[in-house]
Amino acid sequence: MKKLISDLRVTENVALHDRYVLLKAAPADGTPLPEMLPGQFAELRVDGSPTTFLRRPISINYVDRAANEVWFLIQLVGDGTRQLATLRQGDTLNVVYPLGNGFSLPSGDERLLLVGGGVGTAPLLYLGSMLHEKEYAPHFLLGARSAGDVLQAEAFRRFGTVDITTEDGSAGERGYVTQHSLLQKEHFDRIYTCGPKPMMVAVARYARANGIACEVSLENTMACGVGACLCCVENTRDGHVCVCKEGPVFNIEKLLWQI
Amino acid sequence: MADLRVNIGRLSLKNPVMTASGTFGYGVEFADFIDLSRLGGIIVKGTTLKAREGNPYPRMAETPSGMLNAVGLQNKGVDYFVEHIYPEIKDIDTHIIVNVSGASLDDYAETARRLSPLEKIPAIELNISCPNVKEGGMAFGTSCRSAASVVKAVRAVYGGTLIVKLSPNVTDIAEIARAVEAEGADAVSLINTLLGMAVDAERRRPVLFTVTGGLSGACVKPVALRMVWQVFHAVKIPIVGLGGIMNATDAVEFLLAGARAVEIGTANFIDPQVSVKVIDGIAAYLDRQGCRSVEEIIGGLQV
Ligand SMILES: Cc1cc2nc3c(=O)[nH]c(=O)nc-3n(C[C@H](O)[C@H](O)[C@H](O)COP(=O)(O)OP(=O)(O)OC[C@H]3O[C@@H](n4cnc5c(N)ncnc54)[C@H](O)[C@@H]3O)c2cc1C
Ligand SMILES: Cc1cc2nc3c(=O)[nH]c(=O)nc-3n(C[C@H](O)[C@H](O)[C@H](O)COP(=O)(O)O)c2cc1C
Ligand code: FES
Repeated sequence: MKKLISDLRVTENVALHDRYVLLKAAPADGTPLPEMLPGQFAELRVDGSPTTFLRRPISINYVDRAANEVWFLIQLVGDGTRQLATLRQGDTLNVVYPLGNGFSLPSGDERLLLVGGGVGTAPLLYLGSMLHEKEYAPHFLLGARSAGDVLQAEAFRRFGTVDITTEDGSAGERGYVTQHSLLQKEHFDRIYTCGPKPMMVAVARYARANGIACEVSLENTMACGVGACLCCVENTRDGHVCVCKEGPVFNIEKLLWQI
Repeated sequence: MADLRVNIGRLSLKNPVMTASGTFGYGVEFADFIDLSRLGGIIVKGTTLKAREGNPYPRMAETPSGMLNAVGLQNKGVDYFVEHIYPEIKDIDTHIIVNVSGASLDDYAETARRLSPLEKIPAIELNISCPNVKEGGMAFGTSCRSAASVVKAVRAVYGGTLIVKLSPNVTDIAEIARAVEAEGADAVSLINTLLGMAVDAERRRPVLFTVTGGLSGACVKPVALRMVWQVFHAVKIPIVGLGGIMNATDAVEFLLAGARAVEIGTANFIDPQVSVKVIDGIAAYLDRQGCRSVEEIIGGLQV
């Protein structure tokens, strides 16, 4: 899949609660967006932040083909993401994309569970939309610290069933995603997950224990995003591999996690 | 348009812009973004005799106007390069130069020897910033004696163009440059990364697994320029300048300070098309200055 460097024009900046923004953007020159796989990401250039030197990796949150818009869901954690959050309609956003491998899509009649934690839900919306398009009925389990961190629940409902857990019980069931009653009640054939590492490890452990195929989307420190600098490796059964190129999505059977 | 061709010893480059080792993979990673054949050369990843897994996570830390890396020379070894990677890249229409590293003199010499039959690899770049295992882990490039001994060992078995990449982590880089020139290096390139460190105050821990790492990017440019200038006055062999080049103006500064060619490193991460923009920018600069050839500005700093 050909990678591009391209100027996008921000079409909308939606503040979600106080610590997240949803940036929607379209190619500035009006060309159609490239093909992108769910799970892939973009490297966003951050202009105007004196402390931000490198690009920031951000997942493809959703692709609205009709509007020719790509969405990025961004949590404000440091200077780079805070600067991105100041972009307004009409501003330019330079991206290198699409990067990485993406989730593998199911074949045949499978029951699918998509588990996201915090801003890790970002790539699951696009994945959910593709699964929905392929006539699957995915089940989403979204975990967050509290109600204010549950993101895009309405958007997820368009593509499948949504369950929520919060650590303080302010929305959905109280606790962690792996404690949700859904996991006792229903059987799934395949799990996709993205979120904080402890959460993904717990999900991977559940999947392994129940013989369920499972893919996780990893984060790492990135510089180039294209497999050239080797700054982003995960130790796997095949040795050190680049998360930006061989990942960010990995089958748990390939990882050396203690699960 | 001005003539951009330059020679590094017997090696003639179509223009003075190459990409730096460890920042451009094997070139193919950037083929979607630029026409690789426009480059003066591609210096591929550090290659060692045996495969190396490199350092554990985290390997990278962003710093003001730069970054630290502690990749640890991850590569699959010279034989894998010769059998699997070389066939994939040998037809790129530019010079492919292999960056060679080692922990002993024998490692360096044997790696160079195995690369020498490859027709499309006209040159190697010796990275002498690696720790010399036999001499207690001090980098080869930090003493004149050990720097000279590596060059001598490699020169004895390697007939192609030999570029020696100098470490900036020394008191007097000019002295090291003279030592490698005396042993038959065809050129020197400088600088490699500056040893640095980053601390996570909240966690009271170093950011990098290895505690220290190599600093690169815009922040190192003043140091790199100074060193190119010093080495220019110390040796007769050509100098390849690098360290913090982010655009064509930066590149021209290195040429004026005495570099005959430049390498673009960390800047590739921020703009994967920067290398060709630098080529075009140098040409535009020469036209604007009324120069017919890039030769006219090399070492042309007026002081
Ligand atoms: C493949 C990939 C996809 C991603 N997708 C998204 C996404 O869709 N939405 C989103 O909001 N974020 C995403 N991230 C994380 C995002 O890249 C970082 O949060 C961002 O780079 C932080 O930049 P900053 O300048 O705001 O913070 P910095 O100033 O760089 O860092 C602020 C704090 O956050 C920590 N931090 C920085 N980067 C990371 C990281 N990668 N993982 C964990 N902690 C980090 C730092 O240690 C520091 O404590 C993704 C990361 C990867 C690797
Ligand atoms: C991620 C990374 C990996 C590198 N790997 C090598 C290497 O294998 N061999 C080498 O000689 N230099 C290596 N370098 C150093 C660069 O080639 C270059 O000397 C240095 O980064 C300074 O130039 P810059 O500021 O333009 O990046 C590496 C640099 C980076 C950032
Ligand atoms: S970020 Fe450079 S190899 Fe992954």
